[in-house]
Amino acid sequence: MENRVLLDNKAVERTINRIAHEIIEKNKGVEKLRLIGIRTRGVHLAQRLKQKIEEIEHISLPLGVLDITMYRDDVFKLKSPGLKKTEIPFDVNNITAILVDDVMQTGRTTRAAIDAIMDLGRPKRIQLAVLVDRGDRELPIHPDYAGIVHSAHPEENVLVRLSEVDNRDEVVVVTSS
Amino acid sequence: MSILIRNGRVIDPKSGLDEVIDVFVNGNTIEKIDKHIRKTGSDVRSIDAAGHIVAPGLIDTHAHLREPGYEWKETIRTGTMAATKGGFTSVVCMANTNPVNDNKSVTDYIIQKARSEASCRVFPCGAITKGLKGEELSDMGELYESGIVAISDDGKSVKNSAILLKAFEYSRLFGIPVISHCEDEDLSRGYVHEGRASLLSGLDAVPAIAEELIVSRDIAIAKYANAPVHLTHISSGGSVNIIQHAKKSHKKITCDTCCHYFSLTDEATLGFDTSTKVNPPLRSKEDVEAIKEGLRNNTIDIIATDHAPHEGTSKDVEFDIASFGISGFETAFALSLALVHEGVMTLPDLLRKFTVNPAKLLKLPYGQLAPGKVADIIIFNPDVEWKVDRNSFLSRGKNSPFHGWVLKGKNLLTLVDGKIVYRDKSFKA
Amino acid sequence: MNWTKKDLLGITELSKEEILFVLDTAESFKEISQRDIKKVPTLRGKTVITLFYEPSTRTRTSFEIAAKRLSADTINISASTSSYVKGETLKDTAKNLEAMNPDVTIIRHSMPGAPHMLARILDSSVVNGGDGAHEHPTQALLDAYTIREKKGTIDGLKIVIVGDIIHSRVARSNIFTLRNFDSEIVCCGPPTMLPPHMEELGIKVEYNLKKAIHNADVIMMLRIQKERGGVSYIPSVKEYSAFFGLTGEHIMNAKKDVIIMHPGPMNRGVEIMDDVADGPYSVILEQVENGVAVRMAILYLLLGREK
Repeated sequence: MENRVLLDNKAVERTINRIAHEIIEKNKGVEKLRLIGIRTRGVHLAQRLKQKIEEIEHISLPLGVLDITMYRDDVFKLKSPGLKKTEIPFDVNNITAILVDDVMQTGRTTRAAIDAIMDLGRPKRIQLAVLVDRGDRELPIHPDYAGIVHSAHPEENVLVRLSEVDNRDEVVVVTSS
Repeated sequence: MSILIRNGRVIDPKSGLDEVIDVFVNGNTIEKIDKHIRKTGSDVRSIDAAGHIVAPGLIDTHAHLREPGYEWKETIRTGTMAATKGGFTSVVCMANTNPVNDNKSVTDYIIQKARSEASCRVFPCGAITKGLKGEELSDMGELYESGIVAISDDGKSVKNSAILLKAFEYSRLFGIPVISHCEDEDLSRGYVHEGRASLLSGLDAVPAIAEELIVSRDIAIAKYANAPVHLTHISSGGSVNIIQHAKKSHKKITCDTCCHYFSLTDEATLGFDTSTKVNPPLRSKEDVEAIKEGLRNNTIDIIATDHAPHEGTSKDVEFDIASFGISGFETAFALSLALVHEGVMTLPDLLRKFTVNPAKLLKLPYGQLAPGKVADIIIFNPDVEWKVDRNSFLSRGKNSPFHGWVLKGKNLLTLVDGKIVYRDKSFKA
Repeated sequence: MNWTKKDLLGITELSKEEILFVLDTAESFKEISQRDIKKVPTLRGKTVITLFYEPSTRTRTSFEIAAKRLSADTINISASTSSYVKGETLKDTAKNLEAMNPDVTIIRHSMPGAPHMLARILDSSVVNGGDGAHEHPTQALLDAYTIREKKGTIDGLKIVIVGDIIHSRVARSNIFTLRNFDSEIVCCGPPTMLPPHMEELGIKVEYNLKKAIHNADVIMMLRIQKERGGVSYIPSVKEYSAFFGLTGEHIMNAKKDVIIMHPGPMNRGVEIMDDVADGPYSVILEQVENGVAVRMAILYLLLGREK
C-alpha cells in the first residue's frame, strides 16, 4: 500500500481559502448564496467555507446539511444504507445553492444531490464546489470550483482527511498493490 | 404355517414373564413358550429376535378410521396399515363417521370392511346419542349385538346431564363401557390451552377447567348410576387429580391419555404450526409433568393414540380454521418408550398400558402373550433411533408435529392372528 | 447495524438493537413528510401490496402513503372484493401474488399466524399489519417512536396500558417492545380482559384505573369491544366506561407531562372522553404522523436488507 500526499495540512487550508474567494468572485458577492454540504465530509468543508467567507465579506451564510442516501441510484447495493437526517434550515426557492463535497469522481453523488435539492424547491442556480476532482466521470456533470484536479488510476483511492473527523488535514492517494 | 420366534426378550405384562425365551406360533395360536425350542420343517418360519423385545400386540382404545364418510382423510385399509406399523394389532374406531355409527348398518359396514381390508382387528365404538346430537340415546342393544365394544360421543361431550345419566344406567344392561370425551363446549371457544403460550400468541384459548368440569361431572354421574366410566384423552393435571381422588371411592373409573400430552407442551403452538392443533389442546409443562406422574402411579390406566388423520388442505390453512388432530399411529409407541428411557416407568409397566389394561376395559381376549392365546405379537427394539418423516407415513394423514424428530424405539414386526402384517425394512425375518 | 430480516412479522423476532435501528431510521423519514414535495425516489419501481382481510382505514392508508412517498407503486386488495369471497385459501392467494412478483406485501388478517404462513410461501417481504390478537408490530414501533420523541427516552418511565388486553394485538406488540427497556409496564382493565400469567412477564396488573394511572408518564388507551364470540366480557359499555373510561379528572393523578396515546379508532365517550382525546396531553394525532415515518423506515429497511 503506497501513500502519496497531494495536499498537506497547510495546502488544504490554502485551497479552501482560494475556493472561498472564487465563490465570492464568480457570484459577484454573497447575496442569495446558500451553502449545502453533502454528508459527511462535505459538511465540514462547507462549514470551513462559511467561516472563510464570513472573514472576507463579514456576512454569515446560511448552511444546510444534505443526506443523499435516499437519492442514490445504488442505494440498495450499499453495505449499510445508514440514513442521516437532511437539515436545510432555509427556503431553497430562488437562491444560489453551493453544493459542497470532498471528492468528485463519477458525478453520481452530485446528480443525487441535485435531485434532492429539487425536491425541496426550485433554486435559481446550483453550483458545485469540491476539494478534489479525481476525474473518471460517468455522467456529464462538472464542478464549478475544484481545489485540485488529479486524474487518478482505477486502483488509486483518493482520500480527503479533515481534522474534524480524521485528526488531520490532508489529501492522499492510496494505491493498493 | 408356523412361526418360531427365537432369542427375543419376551415380556408378557399379564403373567409377569420377562426373559429371553422362544415363542412358537402354530396357525393363529401361541402354542409354546420355552427355552431353546427346536422346530424344523419347511413350513416353519424362523425369526431371530435377538436383541429385541417380543410382546403382545398393542391395543388402541381410541382412533379415528374415518370410514364411512371421510375416506379422503383415511380408510379402514390405510388406517390399519398405519396401525400395524406402529405395533397395534387391535384398534377401536370412534363413531363420528358419516353417517355416524349409531345403528346396525354402519357397524355392520365397518366390521365387513375390516374383515376384507384391515391389517389388524377393528372394534367399532358406537355413538351414545343418535347422530351425536346429544338428544336421543342410540339403540345401544342393537349396536351391542352388531359388535360394538364401547359407546362414546367422542368428538364432543353429551351436554345434557340427564341424557348422559340414562346412557350410563342403560349401559349396565350390556356391560359395555361408556367412553367420555370431556369438554364443556361453552368454555371451549378456542384453539389452544389458556396459559403462558396463549398469552404470547394471542390465539383464542380454552381454560383447563373446560375438561376438568366434565371429568368431574361424568364421574359423578357414572358413580350415581353405578356404572363404569372411561375418561378418554385426559390432558390436564387437574383432571389427573380429580380422577386420582375419585378412584378411591368409585372403583369402576378408568382413563387414558395420548402421547402428545406427555411429549409436547403448549409452547409448541407458538410458531402457529397447525400440526400442533389438537383437542384437547397441548398444555403447560406442569400438566405434562402431572400426566407423566399419573401414568407412573397408575392413575392413568391406558395410553391411546386418538389417531386423527386429516388431509393436507384442512391443515394447510390459518391456525384458527385448521382441523384439530394428530395422525398418531406410527409414532405413538415410540414416543411412549421415552417414558421408559426417562425412568418414569418400566418397560413391562408401559406395555401393560397398551395391552392388559385396554383388553380388560373392552373385555377382549387379547393383549396377552401366553400359550393358548391368539398370536397377536409384536417384535420391537426400544433403543434403535429413527427419524420421523411424515411424508412416508402409511396413513393418509400426514398431520404430525413430530416430523423431523429422532425417536428412540421402533416397531419391527407385527403379527395379527399368527400372520405377519407388517415388517420393517431393516428387520430380517 | 445492518438489517438482515426479510419480513417484519412481530416484535418478538426483533432484538432491542433492531427496534432502535427502526426508530433511528424513521427520524430521517419524518422530515420528508413535512416538505412541500413529499417524495423521494428510493423505492421507485418497487411494488407494495396491501392485502387486508380485515377492514382498516388508518393502517392501510398509512402504509399506502409511506410507500408512495418512497415512490413505490401500491396495490390494495381487500377481502370483500377479492377471491377470498369465492373461497380461495390464503395459500392459493399467496401463490397467485407471488407469480406477480411483488416486493413487499402487507397483510392484515383476523387470525394469528396468517402473516407467518404468507412469509413461508413468499420469497418477497411480508409485513404483519395486524394478525388477530397476536401482533401489530408497526403500531408498537410507531408508539415507541412517539414515546421516545416526547420523553427523550423509553427507559425509566411508568407506562400504563388500559383496556381489552387479552384481545389486543396492539397491547401485545407494545408489551413485547417495552420489555426491552427499563420501564414499568402496568396493565389495567377488568379481570375478564386481563389474561393470566402477565406478572410472569414482569407486568404489573391493576384493576383500579385511578391507582394504575398514579404518576404515569404514558397512558395507552385501547379500544374495547363488548362481545367476542358470543360471550360478554363486560356487562355493558356503560359500565366499562364508568370504571375504565379515561377522563380529564383521572389525568390529574398522572405526572404533569403525561402523554395520552390511542392506536385508533377511538370510541369517544367510552374508553376516552372528548376532553382527553382533544386535550393538551394527547399525542394521538402525532402517533398517526409518526406512523407514516415508521412505515417508510420499515419498507426502506426490508427492501434494502443485506442478503
